[in-house]
Amino acid sequence: MNVVVCVKQIPDPATPYKLEEGTSWLIRPEDQVLDDTDRYGVEMGLQLAQESEGTVTLVSMGPTGNAQGIRQALAMGADRAIMIEDDGLRGSDALTTARVLAAAISSEAFDLVITGTESTDGYSGVVPQMIAELLGAPALTYATKVEVGDGVVTIHRQTAAGYDVVTSSTPAVVSVTAGVVEPRYPTFKGIMDAKKKPIENKTMSDLGVENRLAQEVAKITNAPEREAGRRIEDEGDAHTEIVALLEDRKVI
Amino acid sequence: MSEIVFAKPDPYDFLETDALLSEEETLLRDTVRDYVEKEINPHVADWWDEGVIPHAELAKAFGDLGMLGMHLEGYGCAGTSATAYGLACMELEAGDSGIRSFVSVQGSLVMFPIWKFGSEEQKQTWLPRMASGEIIGCFGLTEADSGSDPASMRTSAKRDGSDWLINGSKMWITNGSIADVAIVWARTDDGIRGFIVPSDTKGFAAPEIKKKASLRASVTSELILDDVRVPDEFLLPAVSSMRGPLSCLNEARFGIAFGAVGAARSCYESALAYAGEREQFNQPIGSFQLTQRKLVEMMVSVQRGTLVALHLGRRKDNGELTPEQVSFGKFDNVRNALEVARTARSILGANGITLEYPVFRHMANLETVFTYEGTNEIHTLVMGQAITGLNAFT
Repeated sequence: MNVVVCVKQIPDPATPYKLEEGTSWLIRPEDQVLDDTDRYGVEMGLQLAQESEGTVTLVSMGPTGNAQGIRQALAMGADRAIMIEDDGLRGSDALTTARVLAAAISSEAFDLVITGTESTDGYSGVVPQMIAELLGAPALTYATKVEVGDGVVTIHRQTAAGYDVVTSSTPAVVSVTAGVVEPRYPTFKGIMDAKKKPIENKTMSDLGVENRLAQEVAKITNAPEREAGRRIEDEGDAHTEIVALLEDRKVI
Repeated sequence: MSEIVFAKPDPYDFLETDALLSEEETLLRDTVRDYVEKEINPHVADWWDEGVIPHAELAKAFGDLGMLGMHLEGYGCAGTSATAYGLACMELEAGDSGIRSFVSVQGSLVMFPIWKFGSEEQKQTWLPRMASGEIIGCFGLTEADSGSDPASMRTSAKRDGSDWLINGSKMWITNGSIADVAIVWARTDDGIRGFIVPSDTKGFAAPEIKKKASLRASVTSELILDDVRVPDEFLLPAVSSMRGPLSCLNEARFGIAFGAVGAARSCYESALAYAGEREQFNQPIGSFQLTQRKLVEMMVSVQRGTLVALHLGRRKDNGELTPEQVSFGKFDNVRNALEVARTARSILGANGITLEYPVFRHMANLETVFTYEGTNEIHTLVMGQAITGLNAFT
């Protein structure tokens, strides 16, 4: 089975993000890391491909930089990567991103496309569904478990109350939640092999897509400071009050 | 001429030594760091407290990563650079010196001599299973009465037909009681020879040394060899002098020069965080001049040690590193790490003596690292001889 995994290089979350004045676009340094949530998708793809001696191809959009983030995913065991980098894609919105990724994926022979649920820098959370629509493939989202066999993919979809079991034929697009599988550590051999693995660079014109921005960032404001918590003094009935609070927030 | 850039320095990498690493080295270093933070650090204080480590699980995990014998070529080994091996040691020892020792012994003291001095058959038999962590090894050189002067060893091997009979005992042997195989160095009629001794051989015993106040997350043992009979095929063919064990020690000491900096870095980071949070006289203790002096001394020491280690790594990768330069690294980086650990402990006050923080554990461990693999004194005399041309050993 051949799996395409969508991954993203993002600025190291340990360092503060910087936004460009005027456009409010995220400034992307040369050194970017693999979005941590993508490691789950890569691991899922590797497990499914390895069961059937298939391949894992990474597809990513954005400035390549030194490709350190992509090499992280290659070091885990992915076979090759396609990077779409184009100055014309700066500031692209979710729909443009999905169109670019779908165009790149459509030239691949794939049984499954795996994505995270949302990136850790953009958080739009809609790209996986858009890719599915553009590819004309079923979208199976928020998977906490994925199984594939005989041309059928089955997932457990996370819900507020538990999970739904969702199936479809392949090819399909599956977005996986963090924790769907435990990502492996890259092996030292994998790290050394990663630099020999092919990274294919493509531009918008290679894919025949244009950046038609449908949205613009109107305003950026800092998140409000978190308010201080409430203190409940225990006079024998604190537990009932705490349970009521938790129920109110649907935590329990 | 370029001008000085005004940018905010990184308190954790003041000189930006990370820039000296290749992309591949960075990824490998980050992988080990990530592994240590997730799989070692949450448990190591308990292991240390209880004096027990999950050795089989660790060996398997290290094998899966490719950490065991990582800088050796072939036979299932990862074949990384020496610098990469050093960086892995640095990250492991930021977790605990005992964990780094586990990996040092397997790779540098057991796999290395088989790889370097073993027959092709010995390499095929042992190295792949040691690289995967299926088999754990130990290194028997030191004896109760032969530490800094290993050539005075009493353990002997005598030919008996086509076999060898080994008699004697070894002391302070890391991984001894959990080892499947031991490299035993013994006196023979034709010099010091190395033997591969499976631990289930009749006459071989490895009682554990308990009641240690240092390296508690590490197994330390005595080896007893009572008429241990091994065939000639278990003899390492390619060396018959002290050059054999000493070349192994050079490998391990190289890793220690890196590792000690990792332990020191952990102590510095712990103290820096503590000094920022802990308030006395209504202000963080990090605002006091005396504390800032300590923090800066620690930071400078860690950065300097990193530079020395990386320099040695580059020289080793170029095939230029001398044993005397390894002594420089072991001598200076370990003594400085110990000083950093003690200083960090003084910043943490009473909290510093608990296992809630890593500093006392590192400090107690480093007391061992200070004297094993060549005491500070021996490395001093190695360098002393190198610069004066005069031998102070005899």
